[in-house]
Amino acid sequence: MSDVPILLEMRSITKEFPGVKALSDVNLVVRAGEIHAICGENGAGKSTLMKVLSGVYPHGSYSGQIVYQGSESKFSDIRASESAGIVIIHQELALIPGMSIAENIFLGNEPRKRGAIDWKAANRMALDLMARVGLQEDPDTLIKDIGVGKQQLVEIAKAFAKDVKLLILDEPTAALNEADSRHLLDLLRGFRSRGITSIMISHKLNEIEAIADQITILRDGRTVETLDVKADGVDEDRIVRGMVGRELSSRFPDHTPKIGDVFFEVRNWNVRHPISADRQVCKNESFVVRRGEIVGFAGLMGAGRTELAMSVFGRSYGVYESGTIIKDGKEIVLKSVADAIDNGLAYVSEDRKAIGLNLLDDIKTSTVAAKLSKIRHHGVLNEVEEYQAAEAYRKELRTKAPTVDEGVSKLSGGNQQKVVLAKWMFTDPDLLILDEPTRGIDVGAKYEIYGIIQRLADQGKGVVVISSELPELIGLCDRIYTVFEGAITGEIARADATPENLMKQMTSTKKMATR
Amino acid sequence: MSRLKDLQKNLFGGTTSNARQFGMIFTLVAIVLIFQVWTNGLTLRSDNLIALFQQNSYILILAIGMLMVIVAGHIDLSVGSVAAFAGILVAKSMTEWDLPWPVAILFGLAIGAIIGAWQGFWVAYVGVPAFIVTLAGMLLFRGGNQFIGNANTIPVPEGFREIGSGFLPEFGPNTGYNNATLLLGLAAAVAVVWRELRARNTRRAMDADPAPMWVSILRMAIMVGVIAFATLRFASGRVGTSFPISGIILLVLVIAYSFYTRNTAGGRHIYAVGGNSRAAELSGVKLKRVNFFVMMNMSVLAALAGMIFVARSAASGPQDGNGWELDAIAAVFIGGAAVAGGIGTISGSIVGGLVMAVLNNGLQLEGVGTDKVQIIKGLVLLLAVAIDVYNKSQGRFSIIGSLMRPFRRDDPAAPVSPPDAEREPAKAAVSG
Ligand SMILES: Nc1ncnc2c1ncn2[C@@H]1O[C@H](COP(=O)(O)OP(=O)(O)OP(=O)(O)O)[C@@H](O)[C@H]1O
Ligand SMILES: [Mg+2]
Repeated sequence: MSDVPILLEMRSITKEFPGVKALSDVNLVVRAGEIHAICGENGAGKSTLMKVLSGVYPHGSYSGQIVYQGSESKFSDIRASESAGIVIIHQELALIPGMSIAENIFLGNEPRKRGAIDWKAANRMALDLMARVGLQEDPDTLIKDIGVGKQQLVEIAKAFAKDVKLLILDEPTAALNEADSRHLLDLLRGFRSRGITSIMISHKLNEIEAIADQITILRDGRTVETLDVKADGVDEDRIVRGMVGRELSSRFPDHTPKIGDVFFEVRNWNVRHPISADRQVCKNESFVVRRGEIVGFAGLMGAGRTELAMSVFGRSYGVYESGTIIKDGKEIVLKSVADAIDNGLAYVSEDRKAIGLNLLDDIKTSTVAAKLSKIRHHGVLNEVEEYQAAEAYRKELRTKAPTVDEGVSKLSGGNQQKVVLAKWMFTDPDLLILDEPTRGIDVGAKYEIYGIIQRLADQGKGVVVISSELPELIGLCDRIYTVFEGAITGEIARADATPENLMKQMTSTKKMATR
Repeated sequence: MSRLKDLQKNLFGGTTSNARQFGMIFTLVAIVLIFQVWTNGLTLRSDNLIALFQQNSYILILAIGMLMVIVAGHIDLSVGSVAAFAGILVAKSMTEWDLPWPVAILFGLAIGAIIGAWQGFWVAYVGVPAFIVTLAGMLLFRGGNQFIGNANTIPVPEGFREIGSGFLPEFGPNTGYNNATLLLGLAAAVAVVWRELRARNTRRAMDADPAPMWVSILRMAIMVGVIAFATLRFASGRVGTSFPISGIILLVLVIAYSFYTRNTAGGRHIYAVGGNSRAAELSGVKLKRVNFFVMMNMSVLAALAGMIFVARSAASGPQDGNGWELDAIAAVFIGGAAVAGGIGTISGSIVGGLVMAVLNNGLQLEGVGTDKVQIIKGLVLLLAVAIDVYNKSQGRFSIIGSLMRPFRRDDPAAPVSPPDAEREPAKAAVSG
């Protein structure tokens, strides 16, 4: 590769936040036309590095040099980097849900005719751009009416509207299902063949192995190494070794389940969509959880697993129609989230930023937020107990933050997830429902979180795991339900679970329980 | 050098809420001193200080309620009208229906509660934005006041006037000062010292180092100094005057509501709802109840403010409370609250209110006309918030905000602010 011209060189970049050195002396060399992956644990500084590159953190707020297309660049804001052809798609999508696809694509960049926006041209150009990313939709469709996978494509189309030379994708596939991810990766390959350079951050190492030409690994804000995938014969284990600094022999901790009796049961659960009342999102679903058991829910995106979990969790989604919940042999009625928490349920949502955390809070406030009664004595909250509880969880979960006074908005994605976990562990639940618990989480932290889940199960709690990653469900769960279009279509014991038979039941309406 | 750093850290970016309290008072003192010099010492004269408190206590009471409304992510435009409406009914109840004044006060609070329940119902249970509900309320209750009072003024009896224009009584040996005010000042000084020591203990219990002892002592010394100065000023006014009753009411409310917002679950829930209502809901917060409460509480405080105003001006009239909502809202924002909700403190809002009050007062002492005063106040509001916003976006120490936040430390990094829509309960798109 060394004969290919260098497109971008970042030289000894150092970026400090108050109290945290996010990057120290980081170097990155990207050659024209390659797909360059950046790997590293949560909080290693990947997003920060890309924000430095794209001018989110303007020149002067960091030290070091950015040499782009042969000359030093000093971007003062995102616009400056965009006009140089560098476009970043952030970890959190930045689309406006109430606007149409075309409006989003041209937001701030609208084609004009005599001062007014030329919608005809915009729609035509939007269709053209959408074709380039393989998105088949009406450009007038609102963003909120299309799935995350397509939203991701709109973001990329938006990048193309700006004449992109270097495309930066921060965890683009974290929220995508397998089919959408595959489509996206194919798209990136297509860009490569057309000479567009991409930088991609991902925790899905199989994808990186499959697509990247070069991999730069960051650890604790420093460059560890840059690997040439083909020349060095890099595989997942090699990447992991670079990321965590040691060999990680297995992706799942050893665990011998201690499964007890059924203690939680949902029977004939029917729920309707909150807005379109004729749509049923839960169709007569029934399931059981035993003490000490880790139960998985497999299904495609949109299968209704989140809807099921949230509607059980104090009817926090949809309109309850019928169905019973039985816990420890007694029927319980959970009309609100508070009821659910009081009855020992906890739900860790899939979207920590939008609905899992108050981003204005610090770690300690977030940790105790779902069970203030535990630190309340005679109506007064005890700050010392709050601090100690938060500190204990920070140590146990190894959340990377200087103190628990740190605002959660400043944590990296994976560490935010740990705070959400701590928040729900603090409620001492009997049944812990985890919705995509390892989304956007690095391999090392995943291993830790699996360990935590297993420990909770060993304490006699029931754990429900909703995940779109089949290997995760197979590696972690004692039993897996499959869900398709709002109905439970099967139940598979750990021993029988393979990606193939899970996939089969996840995509068929026929019930074929192997009870 | 390291001492200077220590001082800076502990006074400004400090880790204890006490540090911020201190910094906040520091800000206000600076403004007072500027006017003190400019007005050749008029600002801090006893009679002026007393008048300043009496004229502004009702705005500050409104600011308390408004802070909670704004933190929860709403706004209340109706407070002036509600105050006027409650005021005229209370005045009428005493002059025409001969209610004894203590009963009339309870009656007034009840009116506030009913109005609040009405507005809270629309906001919390029907989901009409508070802006609209209270805009309607503004018209409704202003009209109500003029309808009931026939656009006339109604005088109120002597006893009732105490809550607006009364003072702490004279008693005990002749010290040349008002003894009750002296006792109050002493109590305040003791409270300040006690709080500082307790905060040190709390830090220690958290295994965190408290501020160096000398910083604590300096802080206590300055606070006690300010309290002593104010006490002597209030205690040495014209005979018959001292610390005003309305000031006492305000003090009690500030202490009670600060405690409520900081140290109770109910208070935390208000911040949680304003910060991310969907996340709050999924943490077991009863959203509707919180929204109902803040709206209702605001109207109760508005009724109280209205009564104090009527008591001070000895009569209830059709123009009472005009424009109060704007003063209260300005106080809250100058005090560091965030427009989007979730951030702000009672003490900050009080200081915000006092800043506006001192400004108003100082300019009037200088004989500046109301036209210019309004222009200046408008610019100050804009500037204060703009500087704060700018500082926050630069990731720098935010003068107002960082000093006044009880348990929120900093705001999310400004550069990539998430689109507003992210905060909305856009539940239509759950996947799973
Ligand atoms: N605005 C900020 N203020 C303070 N600290 C910050 C800020 N942004 C990031 N950090 C810190 O910088 C470090 C690197 O964060 P960054 O978001 O770059 O990690 P990351 O490698 O992208 O992690 P993830 O895989 O979890 O997304 C973290 O320790 C984080 O807490
Ligand atoms: Mg990141």
